[in-house]
Amino acid sequence: MSTKVVQALYNDDDILMDAVKKVKAEHHHIEEIYCPFPVHGLDKAMGLAPTRIAITSFMYGCLGLTVAIVMMNFIMIQDWPQDIGGKPSFSYLQNMPAFVPVMFEMTVFFAAHLMVITFYMRSKLWPFKKAENPDVRTTDDHFLMEVAVHGNEDEVTALLEGTGAVEVKISEKH
Amino acid sequence: MYTFSNRLRTAAFILMIVGALGLGYGFFTAPSTVEEAKAMVADSHGGHGSGHGEEADHATPAHGDEHAEETHAQKDSHGEEAGAHGETDADKHGEHLLSQLKNKPWAALYVAAFFFMMISLGVLAFYAIQRASQAGWSPVLFRVMEGITAYLLPGAAIVFVILLLSGFHLNHLFVWMDPEVVAHDKLIQGKSSYLNVPFFLIRAVIYIAGWVAYRQFSRKFSIAQDTAADDSYFKKNFRISAGFLVFFLVSESMMSWDWIMSVDPHWFSTLFGWYVFASMFVSGITAIAMITIYLKAKGYLEHVNDSHIHDLAKFMFAISIFWTYLWFSQFMLIWYADIPEEVTYFVTRFEDYKLPFFGMLVMNFVFPLLILMNSDYKRVNWFVVMAGIVILLGHYVDVFNMIMPATVGDQWFIGIAEIGGILFFLGLFIFIVFTALTKAPLLAKRNPFIEESKHFHY
Repeated sequence: MSTKVVQALYNDDDILMDAVKKVKAEHHHIEEIYCPFPVHGLDKAMGLAPTRIAITSFMYGCLGLTVAIVMMNFIMIQDWPQDIGGKPSFSYLQNMPAFVPVMFEMTVFFAAHLMVITFYMRSKLWPFKKAENPDVRTTDDHFLMEVAVHGNEDEVTALLEGTGAVEVKISEKH
Repeated sequence: MYTFSNRLRTAAFILMIVGALGLGYGFFTAPSTVEEAKAMVADSHGGHGSGHGEEADHATPAHGDEHAEETHAQKDSHGEEAGAHGETDADKHGEHLLSQLKNKPWAALYVAAFFFMMISLGVLAFYAIQRASQAGWSPVLFRVMEGITAYLLPGAAIVFVILLLSGFHLNHLFVWMDPEVVAHDKLIQGKSSYLNVPFFLIRAVIYIAGWVAYRQFSRKFSIAQDTAADDSYFKKNFRISAGFLVFFLVSESMMSWDWIMSVDPHWFSTLFGWYVFASMFVSGITAIAMITIYLKAKGYLEHVNDSHIHDLAKFMFAISIFWTYLWFSQFMLIWYADIPEEVTYFVTRFEDYKLPFFGMLVMNFVFPLLILMNSDYKRVNWFVVMAGIVILLGHYVDVFNMIMPATVGDQWFIGIAEIGGILFFLGLFIFIVFTALTKAPLLAKRNPFIEESKHFHY
């Protein structure tokens, strides 16, 4: 079944914000909004759930810390506890200060890189990915709101035209 | 306008009286003879047996003189043994003990006096940074900060009086002030062009005068700006704040060498000034957050919202980590190289101060790290207050760890005198700060950034 969406183009983020509030108040479902830059407060106005990416980052950091500790405990203490310049390699704790720089860097490395990869995966971004752009102007100076249509085409079009849109068009969603 | 509630005023007075009694008890029970000192230590070790071994070591004749001398010298932070060759080891031990026990109430007083002065100095630095950086979020908190910095003059004056009394040999906090010690100590002699009492006191006066002068002028301009017709007072404040920050960094660094590092005159560390700064900065920011939350809860800060608290909590979080970074940098460099003349500083702390030394790391780093990492928790007042209490106690222990090992050695204890010191200065701090808060409206008017600050939202 082909679904239709109404696409409304705006040329000002303030007008866009007002439009979003009006559309939400009329209980229409906003499919997507395309912006050339982050619009502060747009996610709140759309009612999007807050991101959990910071939580994943914390867990990745804990993983990195664990990797660093286990690795250095095995290499420096268990596997071959050499006397290197008089450093006490009898137990992990005794030589811990020397390991802290590695522990810190590994924590940051894991937290940062795995979080970025998580972000790419969740937002479906990769090289050679086909750009999903309904209108090229949205990367430059226009904002585009897509509202789902469920047989109430005229009503939605009229509503969006009343919100200060510079252009309203009906499009077949792929 | 804020009115000082009677209950809080009464509480402040009670704290001061209880604290003064505790301190008085500390001074009253300090031993005055070697025998008393020995009896006190024997008493406290009578029940269990911990630490008894060390004492036995000193008394056992089986040890060669040389060996005993050596262990003694390691533990000795005063270098007194250098001259007295005729005496027996036990006598020297007794004298050493006496000097440590006599120092105890003085050190308790000094640590608490310095700690509360350090809070208001940290706030002053934060305030100057907010002014110089033209921060848009903080002007609604300026009057709170100005209230806290009101403690700087009396607080620094008290610290100065303690230093003055040290200079007059009424206590033995700074061993380099003792001409007997210096006469036998080549290392201190080499430093005596910097570490001598007149120059030391002159420097102290210069630091205090500089800080207090900035505080008074900045406060004056801030209040004058409320009724001014233009922004000239604001601009003046901007200029003196920038100038103060230059003066502050130099004077704070030197102050930390003078007032803290010189209790261990054989030891030196290059990042010590920064380390002390981080400690005072995070304590100051914590104090701002806690007093702001208190005043907000009482309904006096209309325009402060949870975004302001969130920002302060972010600072508490970040500067706690900054403190840890400096603490670890100082510790790890010395531990790694293990050069004997530097490492004794940490050896005494490892051996005699295990719990405060590592407990402080948990309180100042691990706890705030885990509690204040979450963005939502930073907006919850009781979370911030709880983290703040732990951070403040942790930084008290930090100052305690800086002063005590050199002044009282292994005779430390957080007992009546130490707690009395905290309570007395806490009461004084509350009294002075909240009295100052009643002197001016809690919202700075006509500050060019006040509207932005009122609507600050993060």
